[in-house]
Amino acid sequence: MTEPIVKIRGLKKNFGQLEVLKGIDMDIEPRQIFALIGASGSGKSTLLRTINQLEEVTEGEIWFDGELVNQKLPHRQRERHLNQLRQNIGMVFQHFNLFPHLTALENVTLAPVLLRRSSKAEAIEQAKILLDKVGLADRADYYPSRLSGGQKQRVAIARALAMTPKLMLFDEVTSALDPELVGEVNRVMKELAQEHMTMIIVTHDLRFAEDVSDHVVFMADGLVAEQGPPSQVFRAPQEERTKAFLQQVFED
Amino acid sequence: MDIELIGRIWPFFAEAAWVTVKISILAIMLGLTLGFTAALASLSRNPVLRWPARSYVSLFRGTPALIQLFLLYFGGPQIGIHLEPFEAGVIGLGVNIGAYMCESIRGAIISVEKGQTEAGSCLGLAHHQVMSRIILPQAARMMVRPLGVNAIALIKGSAIVSTISVVELSYTAHRYISSTYKPFEMFILASVFYLAIVTIFSYGVKWVDRGVALE
Amino acid sequence: MGLDFTIIPEYLDLLIAGTWWTVALTVVSMAMSLIIGVVFAVMQLSRHRLVRWPVTFFAWLFMGTPLLLQLFLIYFGLVQIGLDLNAFVAGVIALSLHFAVYNSDIIRSAIIAIDDGQYEAARSLGLSQFQTMTRTIVPQAVANVTPALGNMMIALLKESSLVSVIGVMELTLSAQRAISDSFRSFEFYLAAAAIYYVVNLTLEQAVRITERRSARYR
Ligand SMILES: Nc1ncnc2c1ncn2[C@@H]1O[C@H](COP(=O)(O)OP(=O)(O)OP(=O)(O)O)[C@@H](O)[C@H]1O
Ligand SMILES: [Mg+2]
Repeated sequence: MTEPIVKIRGLKKNFGQLEVLKGIDMDIEPRQIFALIGASGSGKSTLLRTINQLEEVTEGEIWFDGELVNQKLPHRQRERHLNQLRQNIGMVFQHFNLFPHLTALENVTLAPVLLRRSSKAEAIEQAKILLDKVGLADRADYYPSRLSGGQKQRVAIARALAMTPKLMLFDEVTSALDPELVGEVNRVMKELAQEHMTMIIVTHDLRFAEDVSDHVVFMADGLVAEQGPPSQVFRAPQEERTKAFLQQVFED
Repeated sequence: MDIELIGRIWPFFAEAAWVTVKISILAIMLGLTLGFTAALASLSRNPVLRWPARSYVSLFRGTPALIQLFLLYFGGPQIGIHLEPFEAGVIGLGVNIGAYMCESIRGAIISVEKGQTEAGSCLGLAHHQVMSRIILPQAARMMVRPLGVNAIALIKGSAIVSTISVVELSYTAHRYISSTYKPFEMFILASVFYLAIVTIFSYGVKWVDRGVALE
Repeated sequence: MGLDFTIIPEYLDLLIAGTWWTVALTVVSMAMSLIIGVVFAVMQLSRHRLVRWPVTFFAWLFMGTPLLLQLFLIYFGLVQIGLDLNAFVAGVIALSLHFAVYNSDIIRSAIIAIDDGQYEAARSLGLSQFQTMTRTIVPQAVANVTPALGNMMIALLKESSLVSVIGVMELTLSAQRAISDSFRSFEFYLAAAAIYYVVNLTLEQAVRITERRSARYR
């Protein structure tokens, strides 16, 4: 067994009085595809966002690639530590968050060039390969305002991949899309899965979760209620809450 | 209406209008510099930068520009600041409008969605890189109009430097009203110049605004 | 000459009186500029060009020229046509007209912004025209204009210092009187600034509270 790439221990997160995460333990192995499911408000996004420290942790530990993510550091050092960390973790958002003042290509090259990962020419070369991979080679010079939702999301994935991350986080990346555009984005994620990119996918699309993941975590009320391979969690859930949740979702 | 009088003295107004233009442009440049610096400082997480910037904005927006000008020009010598009227005018107006411009710039920066900052820092960009490469280019488009409003307010507001005897448009109007007792004629004459300056400037702002608009 | 703030208490009465005049000037001018602003707004919404145009022209003229110049026009111009008003009245007229133009813009867009559905909904419930206006349209319009009009009043407070140049004994001119007597410019202008600042903060607070009250439903 290899060392997990993400190791979460006793993770708690409060927003003021509100306890959102109430003690999470979780191990993610390299090349694993994690699906995170659960009712709205159960804390899925919050959990995802603590991993790359968009949210600070109230209690507990998060380890990424053998390094403690939430170390107490002086301001300057912490900033550097976070930038380093985040360069290795890609994130894709529900609302794309593409940079509207940059073209698709520039969105993808911005970080590698600024962070001196590669020369400008190399970055452009790399970006073109990535855009081609997500099926948007012909849209490289388009501004986000002229792309459809599905296209925007695929550019956002390419942008995250450009930093050659060791882990990709997806937070309901198809929820804001028209139904007919969901497929093209799912296809890109599926491809990444087949290439064994380590991924954590938060989704309400249970069929996709079952299809793509090799490990499913069902969250309820800020806790992990049940986890296991998709065949078990979806087909033979042990917990009452999981059953109730699945029943409700599949009824709709 | 005394057309003959207007025909005789309008060149003096034209000359004064030029002074109004000069003082306005210099004050706008000073205001932009101060406003920009103060906006960035006031958004900093460092209280040593934030606190002075916020105080500057609050104090200079919270008191009349006229009083600030008097304090600088008449009160300045007492604390060792000796300025010519024109210099005092530029500095007084510029420092005052800078506080308002700070709010315009700050507002534009804040209006950029939070997701943009998150997306930037998720890529591992440093704070200053997110600011200069992602937030500011987007904010720039949103600050043109409010800054234009500030600048136009300044052009009109520059009339107050007549009280410290800068020979600009309003000073000239006042002087000729006193010597000719023709307030309507002088008002119209000065108004023509003010309206011309303000109109040209508004077109300039619109032009810039279109230039920076998203495609 | 060093600074000596101990002299200020000697002239405190003068400054306090000046402060009251500034407050009075602000309140009276704001009230008048609101009334005139409503009239202008209604005129601008008229179907008749002959009603709209004079207001449009006046607004263009007053928005494009400095308040100080308008003050000269009104103060000296009224004398010219035989109306020798005292400075306070001239000051109020100038401030009211100047701010009326801006207020009318605010009020007009608030009236336009209320959608017809509100009117129709109220009428279909059986409310009369008058009830519809006073119970549904006006309260919404008031809530919509309060923040912007509040900001205008805050601006008016500061701009009112300009009427010192035509000899209204408000706060700025009071400070100047104290200075011509004591030769202490820095001290008294700073004192005046401090008073303006406090009055301004108080007014901002009042505006904020009114804003919250009038928009409770949001
Ligand atoms: N920044 C915040 N401040 C305060 N409360 C927050 C914040 N972010 C999230 N919450 C609260 O935390 C709880 C969990 O939110 P979270 O977004 O993690 O849920 P989720 O499982 O992702 O839900 P959804 O499926 O709707 O996205 C919710 O009750 C939410 O209101
Ligand atoms: Mg969520």
